[in-house]
Amino acid sequence: MTRQYVTLQELADKLGYSNLTPELDLNQVQVRHRAINRPAFQLAGFYDYFDNKRLQVMGRAEDMYIQTLTNEERKERLEKMFSYKFPGLIIARGIQPPPEVLSLAKEHHIPVLSTEHSTALVIVEIIRWINRQLAPTETISGVLVDVFGEGILITGDSGIGKSETAIELVKRGHRLVADDVIEILKISEDVLIGQAPEITRHMVELRGIGVVDIKSLYGVESVMEFSGISMIINLEEWNGQLSYDRLGLNEEYQEILGVKVVKHTIPIRPGRNLAIIIETAAVNHRQKQMGYNAAQALCDRVTEEIIAHREENEQEG
Amino acid sequence: MIKKEIKIELAKGLEARPVAVFVQVASQFDSSIFVEYRDKRVNAKSIMGMMSLGIAQGEKVVIAAEGADEAEAIKGIEKYLTAKE
Repeated sequence: MTRQYVTLQELADKLGYSNLTPELDLNQVQVRHRAINRPAFQLAGFYDYFDNKRLQVMGRAEDMYIQTLTNEERKERLEKMFSYKFPGLIIARGIQPPPEVLSLAKEHHIPVLSTEHSTALVIVEIIRWINRQLAPTETISGVLVDVFGEGILITGDSGIGKSETAIELVKRGHRLVADDVIEILKISEDVLIGQAPEITRHMVELRGIGVVDIKSLYGVESVMEFSGISMIINLEEWNGQLSYDRLGLNEEYQEILGVKVVKHTIPIRPGRNLAIIIETAAVNHRQKQMGYNAAQALCDRVTEEIIAHREENEQEG
Repeated sequence: MIKKEIKIELAKGLEARPVAVFVQVASQFDSSIFVEYRDKRVNAKSIMGMMSLGIAQGEKVVIAAEGADEAEAIKGIEKYLTAKE
């Protein structure tokens, strides 16, 4: 399920921010927006387009500005700002909160958090963390294995051999992320990551054997908590009627949460070593990312040869 | 065993994609099928073998088929190689 909000308590715990208003219960404060705001304009009195659903982050610039104000001005500006009921104020660089801030915070039930981190870092870490928590999610069936750093999602009908293939890959030095149930998160416009539900994490069901714990059997080096999703390998019973991709010039895609992921359909037949096929697919994918496409290179060579033959024929004819 | 000389009409000759289709066409038949071109002789069902030829439009090849469906095989292959589109 895609989460709708995070609480300020989670954020403070995760990012290590201290609560300057311990009277306020951070669990009660829900943050639904990924963006933050630096309230410089608001402190200067400009409230058009002020999004008070966002967390407010104060750094050196705001602090220095406040110091230029007279006591009356400062009080008035801060009172106005706090009257907008934003979810929380984070003060960076360990800056002392300006006078009145803590009492206004209590009065309006707006928590104030503090951190030693620089303002830029605070902004990045808050957006990054909230983005991750509020990422759209989907649960799909398959096996996720990290092969040479590429997240390979193995799909196919039940009983086709996904889990067996995953174990073989693990024995060849790759890492299992999730078996059977995979939670997929879309953490940015084109990046998907997958993980196992905590309860089944690193457990694999092998037909005829039962459940095995990959992490305790093969060690920490054989598992990962999560990985990206670079490619889908779909296992299918061999069907003589279908023609399978012979060149790899045309890529097939499957959409997950609106992100297009390259998909290869591999026909299963006795004697095909799936682990090696998947390793090769992973490393070939990586080579394509680095700018070399073997299928295209072969295609070009064939075309060159044809042109050479044609020129020979013209000279002779 | 039947042998037949066929002139390639495919507009771009046997480039990579047409080769992939050619191999599929040849693979539909049970007969063993070979393509003779210049001084080479290649299994028509082998994609890499066919890629290695580089046959241009207007060139001639000899198709040799042997097996129960050899006549159909030659016919099917001729139809593909002589299609203008």
